[in-house]
Amino acid sequence: MELTELHHRLIEQLRNGLPICPHPYAVIANTLGITEEGVISALDQLIENGLINRFGMILHHRALGYQANAMCVFDVPDPMAADIGRAMARLPYVTLCYRRERVAGVWPFNLYCMIHGRDKHTVRAQIRHMTARLDLCDMPQKVLFSKRCFAQRAGKYGAVPFTAKNMAGGQHGSA
Amino acid sequence: MQERLSPTQQQLIEAFQRGFPTTSRPFATIAEQIGSDEGSVMAAFADLKNKGYLARIGATYATGRVGASTLAAMEVPQSELEKVAEKISRFTEINHNYEREDKLNLWFVITGATRNDLVRTVEAIEAETGHTVHLMPMIEHYRLDLGFNLQWN
Repeated sequence: MELTELHHRLIEQLRNGLPICPHPYAVIANTLGITEEGVISALDQLIENGLINRFGMILHHRALGYQANAMCVFDVPDPMAADIGRAMARLPYVTLCYRRERVAGVWPFNLYCMIHGRDKHTVRAQIRHMTARLDLCDMPQKVLFSKRCFAQRAGKYGAVPFTAKNMAGGQHGSA
Repeated sequence: MQERLSPTQQQLIEAFQRGFPTTSRPFATIAEQIGSDEGSVMAAFADLKNKGYLARIGATYATGRVGASTLAAMEVPQSELEKVAEKISRFTEINHNYEREDKLNLWFVITGATRNDLVRTVEAIEAETGHTVHLMPMIEHYRLDLGFNLQWN
């Protein structure tokens, strides 16, 4: 699916979240200068084509009681990464799982998973379960718990290339 | 924390982290589905927002299919960490920025419409902070963001 300028502008608008009012799509339509139907159909296209993988409530996990957030990283042989990653993704406590590029001389790890849990003790037990279950004990690995959260907000994926507002505005305004 | 959520709010969190209705009156659609009314549903959402549980009603995107993004990390002396983190958070291209327990102690996600935008942001961050940004772009995903359970695993 080819993204149109409208999709980009819609994506940019959605960063602020849907307003909580009876006709939220009409409010966005107003800002974009199109009809409510136009907004809804563009949004449906993004969802149906899987470009939006989730549309709904985006929660602050710390407020919900998920106080411990561990990023577990492993250095696994590249040919094995997909099999291990898929097995990891099936564990109920793994919330995200990716293969990433290593950084030569700095960061040898290529497989990442996130575990969000109530507390560090619980998460550590889950990590032990995972490494035993997937036979990862001998792989170089690290667990990086998060400490302070300095920012958690929507990504800036929409290009807004053709509007005067964008051309005039500074790039790094406060969010 | 969860004790303070009303039954309606718990129901909303369980049901609408995905599949939020794209109807003309989505809160009325939700009300119909859960046996409530539009006003009560909007009030429940507004309250979740005010109490800091709800960041927004919005979208998460399939990495690599919409725009560009990469995980990035930096090694920052502890004494500078707060100042550097604040500088980085000021870039609107940053969507997550966390202190983590490691020598590489500041981890953030850089987003942009294109890969060139990412490169420009990295250069700007390095210029502004004086620290090297290490990039760990995604090669493949095995599990995407599906939202959170209220029940503990």
